[in-house]
Formats: sequence, C-alpha cells, structure tokens
Amino acid sequence: MSEQQRPAVVIDGVSKVFNKGKPNEVHALDDIDLSIEDGSFTSLIGPSGCGKSTLLRLMGALTQPTGGTVTVNGKSADQARLDRDYGMAFQTSGLFEWRNVTENIELPLQLMGWDRQDRKERAAEMLELVKLPEFGGHYPRELSGGMQQRVAIARALAFRPSLLLMDEPFGALDEMTREHMQTEVLDIWERTGKTVVFVTHSIPEAVFLSTRVIVMSPRPGRIAADIAVDLGKRTFDTRESQTFFTKITEVREALRFEDGKG
Amino acid sequence: MTTREETNRAIARLERSAATKRTARRIVVFVAFVVILAVVYSGYKAFGQAVGDVQTDWPGIGRFLPRTDDLTMPPVIDIIAEFGHNPQRNSDKPLAAFIAEASLFTFREAALGFVFGVALGLGLAIVMLRSKWIERGLSPYLVASQTVPLVAIAPIIVIWGSNSLDWLPFTWTSWMSVSIIATYLTFFPVAMNGIRGLQSADPASMELMRSYAASRRQTLLKLQLPASVPYLFAAFKIAATAAIVGAIVGEISGGVKGGLGRLILDFASRYTTGPERLYATVIGAALLGIVAVGCVMIGEYFVVTRKQQGTVTL
Repeated sequence: MSEQQRPAVVIDGVSKVFNKGKPNEVHALDDIDLSIEDGSFTSLIGPSGCGKSTLLRLMGALTQPTGGTVTVNGKSADQARLDRDYGMAFQTSGLFEWRNVTENIELPLQLMGWDRQDRKERAAEMLELVKLPEFGGHYPRELSGGMQQRVAIARALAFRPSLLLMDEPFGALDEMTREHMQTEVLDIWERTGKTVVFVTHSIPEAVFLSTRVIVMSPRPGRIAADIAVDLGKRTFDTRESQTFFTKITEVREALRFEDGKG
Repeated sequence: MTTREETNRAIARLERSAATKRTARRIVVFVAFVVILAVVYSGYKAFGQAVGDVQTDWPGIGRFLPRTDDLTMPPVIDIIAEFGHNPQRNSDKPLAAFIAEASLFTFREAALGFVFGVALGLGLAIVMLRSKWIERGLSPYLVASQTVPLVAIAPIIVIWGSNSLDWLPFTWTSWMSVSIIATYLTFFPVAMNGIRGLQSADPASMELMRSYAASRRQTLLKLQLPASVPYLFAAFKIAATAAIVGAIVGEISGGVKGGLGRLILDFASRYTTGPERLYATVIGAALLGIVAVGCVMIGEYFVVTRKQQGTVTL
C-alpha cells in the first residue's frame, strides 16, 4: 500500500438536498467529510435512505452536490468523469441486450476510440480476468445473473480506470453466487490494484471485502462510524474466523446505535 | 468446453426449427382464415338466396345486411375465375396480369414513400429527443398534419410536382408525387413510435453512457437507437400498410395512371357490368398490403430475431 500518495477521492463538506425549498425537501447528505486512499477497498453501508448511493453518484459526477466539493484524483469529479477516471457497476448489470458479451465489454473502448484489434484483445483479456473466456459470443439473456455481473465488471474495468465505483452490484444475486462473486471481486482488486468504492447493505459483505467500512446513518445522511478492517488474505476460512465475527459485530453495533436514535 | 459448444449448437438448431414451425403455423392459420371467410360469405349468400333476402327486412340489423344478388355479392367462384378473364376487349391479357402490373407500380410508389417517410419520421423523432420544448411545440402540428384530408392535398401535390419541380436533374413523373403522398402518411407513426423508442433507453444505461463521457451522438447511435428498434419495427408495420393506402388514395385523387388506384377507379365505374373485377382488385390490394408488411417482417428477422432468437415476437 502506498500511503504517501494523494487520496483517490476527497469529499469535503459535501451536502446534497433534493427538492430544495419545496415541501418534499430531502436532506440526503449533510456535511460529509471523507478521504479515500488510493488502492483501498472502501464499503459504504447503512440503512436505505442514508445517502450511500447518492454519495457514490457524487463521486461519479452523476449528480452534483448542493454544498461542498468532491475531488477525484486531484480534479473535480466532473473533470474526472470526462477524463474517464472511473468505471461503474450498478445493481442491474445494465448490459445492452442487443450486443453480445464481447461487444458489451468493447462498448466503452469503442466510445473512447480504440481500434478494432486493441478492442478485441482487451475484451478477451477482460473475459479471462472475470473467468468467462468462452462466453464472448453469448448474449446477456443467455447468462445467469452472476455471469452478467461479471461481464458488467469486465466492462467497467476494460478501459483501465483507476477507480471502480460499485453500487450494490450483487444485490440481486442469491447468497451462494454472492459469496462467490465477492471472492472474485477481491481477486480482481488484488490483481489490478484499483481503488474500489462499494455500496452495500450487507454487513458480512462489507466486512469481508473491505479495508475500510464507512457506516452511514439516515435523515440526514451522515457518517456514523469509520471502521478499519484487516482480514489479511481472505480464504474460505475467513468467513468463519473470529476476527471476521468481531468486525461484523462492530459494524452491526454501529448500525444499531443509529437505529436506536432514529 | 466442447460439450458446451455442442449444447449451444443444439439449442440454436432447436430454435431455428421452432422458428420454421412458427412460420408454417402462421401460414396455415392465414389460409384457414381465408377459407373460413369464403365459407361464411358463400353461406350467407346461399341463405339469402334461399329465403329471398328476407334478412334485409329483419328489425334493427336488417338495414345493415347486404342483399345477396350476384351484383352485390358475386359468387366466390366467379371472383376467383375473374382473375383469368381479360378485362379489355382488345387484348388477351388476364385480369391477374393487370392487377400484378398495377400492384408493382403502386408498390414502387409506396416503397419510395416508405423510405422517405421513415427517414423523415426518424429525423423528427431525433430532433424531438433533443429538447422537450421542440417535442411539445412540434407534436400538435404532426397530429394536425394527419387530420388534413388526403383527398384534398393529393391533387395539390401532384400539380405542384408536375409544375414546379422542372429544375430537378431528373424528370419528375407523377408517380413520384404519389410517393410524396405515401410519405405523408408514413412519417407519422415512425415519428411517434420513434420518439417513444428513443426515450425507452434504460435510465441506468443512460448514466452508464454519461460515466463514459459519451457524446450525445454516441449515446444516440450506441444506446438510444438500438433501444428503439422494437418500437421502430412496430411502427414500420403500420407505416408499410399506410404507404400502400397512401399510394392508392394518392393515385385516385391525383388522377395518376398505372397503379391499383386507377384500376379500382376504373372497375368501380364499370361495376354494374362486372362486380367481380372490383372484388378481385380489392383482393389484389389486400395481398399487396400483406406483401409490404411481410417485407418489414423479413427485415425485422435479419435485424432482430436472428440475433436474439426468441426474444422478439412478431
């Protein structure tokens, strides 16, 4: 880990108010300060309405803050978007049904003007990375939910962004597939060294994946706890280890405290 | 690996044979429907003949029921036979050949009108997509354009075409004016469904394109247009029949010779000496409409269905 580097994301006094000045005004985020180190795996967790997805979308400049600043790789979030600094994966894979798997992965490369040969090679490389090498010619509807998400991740990483933003990417998957996908994502993270920001509402998922868990509380969205996690190299046994359970308890306590208040 | 590929090939084979079966079934249903129609027609006629057309005196519905004499309802067998007779004294060309030639003429007008209508409709849809204000401003005019009676503007277009377009590098012939009339009916469903389709792109996919910093043009070409394809083909089917109707009506009201419209006008004026001719021509026009929609469906097969077997139902 290179602690000396400038942080990948700096959130400085950020607020987000929806429907400002109207009777249905919602304070989604209130005065958030957060700095995300380069190469880290950070999870945002909290009950629905805590603004975790909004915070992620602010990092991706898909929405603008009503107060404060978001800095990504030393520039404004919008500039980072224009520079294609981040890849994004959502809860729904969002694959284009009229494109086969390879064509889906090639989409961002095509938009960014890669030539055909480079695109083809990169897509094959990415399919290898997400362990679907023989599925390039298939259409999304022919794949299982887990496979679709893997293609979405391959697509998000294809153009080598330094930052990967994931919004409940495994939310729609069954528990077994989910655990499998978590291992896959960790493997990809370890191999590529990307900075990952990961939104989830699953406590074990957040603990298992992250180097840091940000617990958020709702109405207005605030950071309730900032918990560092060090599980070392995750194996099958990690999920049954004492440190894993201790961390889960710690995160759960942080969330319960907030529940009691609200 | 190999077993997976084999499985996929087997699935593809099954899907292909299922598609063939679907097509065969559709043809059988169509033929059966035509036969049933002929049987009902003949049955009603036989009934009317047997009872001396008393059904026209029935209270209420009687006034809507046609008489069954051979002038109002020529026998089915006579209509079929009429295709082989020659309608003109000084030639031995059968009616079927006349109808085929006229159909081809009308089809050419309709096809050209369809192509222009699709281009115009898509263009309008894309312009409307650019701004809500343009959409709101333009929509009422598009709707109004379709309520203007075609019979009124058809002669205007034909006269305008023959009088004002002499500067073109090619000679403007009256059938091209009929194509413009067909365009007039064609662009509307394409524009309306087109804007729906372009707006149907998944919001998450729109955000994805935004995260790639894709330009508006890229978003249109890579996301919004492909997303609108199912909507567009639905519109193309409506537009194909509208183009045929537009061409026939255009020929009739513009006084253009050579197509089905003229043939229908001709045979209608000589109805009393041979109602079968008009019936046969109307059947020809209906077949032409089916051919037009069939062409669209073939296009749809190549663009959509073959790529995503089973996901699109025609």
